[in-house]
Amino acid sequence: MNWASWNDFFAMGGYALYVWGSYGVTLGLMITEIVLLILRKRSILEHLGRIRGSTRGTR
Amino acid sequence: MLTALRCVIYRDLLLAMRRRADVLTALLFFVIVVSLFPLGVGPEANLLRTIAPGVIWVAALLASMLSLTRMFSADHADGTLEQMLLSAAPLGAIVIAKVIAHWLVSGLPLVLIAPILALQFDLNQSLLWVLTLSLLIGTPVLSLIGAIGAALTLGLRGGGILLSLLVLPLYVPVLIIGAGTVDIASAGLSAQAHFLVLGAFLVVAAVFAPWAVAAALRISAE
Amino acid sequence: MTGHNWTRASVNWFKYSSPQTFFPLAAKLVPWFGAAAALLCVAGLYIGFFVAPTDAQQGEAYRIIFIHVPAAWMSMFIYVVMAFWAGAGLVFNTRLSGMMASALAPSGALMTFIALWTGALWGKPTWGTWWVWDARLTSELILLFLYFGFMALQAAIDNPRRADKAGAVLALTGVVNIPIIYFSVQWWNTLHQGASVSLKSAPSMAATMFAGMIVMALGFWMYSIAAALLRVRCIILEREHRSDWVAQHMGTLK
Repeated sequence: MNWASWNDFFAMGGYALYVWGSYGVTLGLMITEIVLLILRKRSILEHLGRIRGSTRGTR
Repeated sequence: MLTALRCVIYRDLLLAMRRRADVLTALLFFVIVVSLFPLGVGPEANLLRTIAPGVIWVAALLASMLSLTRMFSADHADGTLEQMLLSAAPLGAIVIAKVIAHWLVSGLPLVLIAPILALQFDLNQSLLWVLTLSLLIGTPVLSLIGAIGAALTLGLRGGGILLSLLVLPLYVPVLIIGAGTVDIASAGLSAQAHFLVLGAFLVVAAVFAPWAVAAALRISAE
Repeated sequence: MTGHNWTRASVNWFKYSSPQTFFPLAAKLVPWFGAAAALLCVAGLYIGFFVAPTDAQQGEAYRIIFIHVPAAWMSMFIYVVMAFWAGAGLVFNTRLSGMMASALAPSGALMTFIALWTGALWGKPTWGTWWVWDARLTSELILLFLYFGFMALQAAIDNPRRADKAGAVLALTGVVNIPIIYFSVQWWNTLHQGASVSLKSAPSMAATMFAGMIVMALGFWMYSIAAALLRVRCIILEREHRSDWVAQHMGTLK
């Protein structure tokens, strides 16, 4: 085991900013990408639903 | 096929001669950009000698890019391009002719004026020749790669800026080797290997680019 | 209502090359690839943080390698895959191939950005600056420009079929260029700096470090597939929204 305690783990031997900065941004970007994609699909489906609803209404 | 080649080159040169202002603008742009650098970094002769190859090469990249949008746009607008696509002559040959014409109009003048600009940077005589020769081999590659970008962005909104985004990253190897040729010669080493690499770029580009340009033109005409 | 009036190719493999059949398949595949990505990344992080020892020279800062190198690998790999799909679309004239290429581009650009970002954060403690014109970092930067060019070109073309084909020509040009760019940048780098700052020069790469990197790379691979599949579903819906099968799909949702 590399770490004596959790504090030790989070300190990353004094390189916390660099290591956690890398991992944090990477994780954040990946989650953002997935969330944006899910939102994009939802908005497309809503948009299509509206179109269908309106065409049915005028028919 | 050769007659088609000659016809297209002749026609494009004739058109360029009728609009000499366009050609001169690109050349002036080159001169002005190169002249701006000493004003930006200061007149210290040693520094200028060091940055000269890079500055002149970057300016040549930008100047030859300026005129790329004109390579196919007029033909596209007046329907000539469609005729070319339909003609019996192979499209690749027509593309090569257009690239040669573009180089003669916008590449060759840069090559000819570069030694004079290099004097502003106090480059010594033997390096002037190296620089000129590197531009002579390198600028046709720029025209060939640029033709791909010009064909892809034909008739698109914001074509000019988009073109620079597409083409400039692809220019990187030519810039590195082209400017590197002068660097290595200024260090007193033989630049032969670099000239050979530049020549290899020219061969590779001459083989692949016309195919890609022809494909891009067909796509844009669909 | 022009929908699926394309001719189905006789080869069975081409069955999934129609957006209509691929759309539900992608939906089924996404959770699997997502789960694989999560598992592999957790395993890779465990190896990276708890099994792999501290580097003798770089201390704990080297642990950035477990995302930096996989992201750099994926950024190049995705470009090649993207060019492959784009080229396939050009040759076989399948609509789905072009959509796959467009779906891959943003994920590839993301990986490239991650590689650059982590490279900068690694460079600061190791070399003392945020940015060095290291051959790899410089190539990654140019790769990012290539991705941006591809996406900008596709965004500028309104007709999706033309966008696919134009993008394909650009992607194939890029794929021919990437090795040339890489080697010229490397040559330029050795000329100007010497080989003093190469990431490769880690002399004692412990087997566990390498294992962590490989597992993370697999995780990033699975993640990229999942993200690209999610995106290709969006693209399919956007492009085919006038067709009957999308209408039917909408009907089953309600």
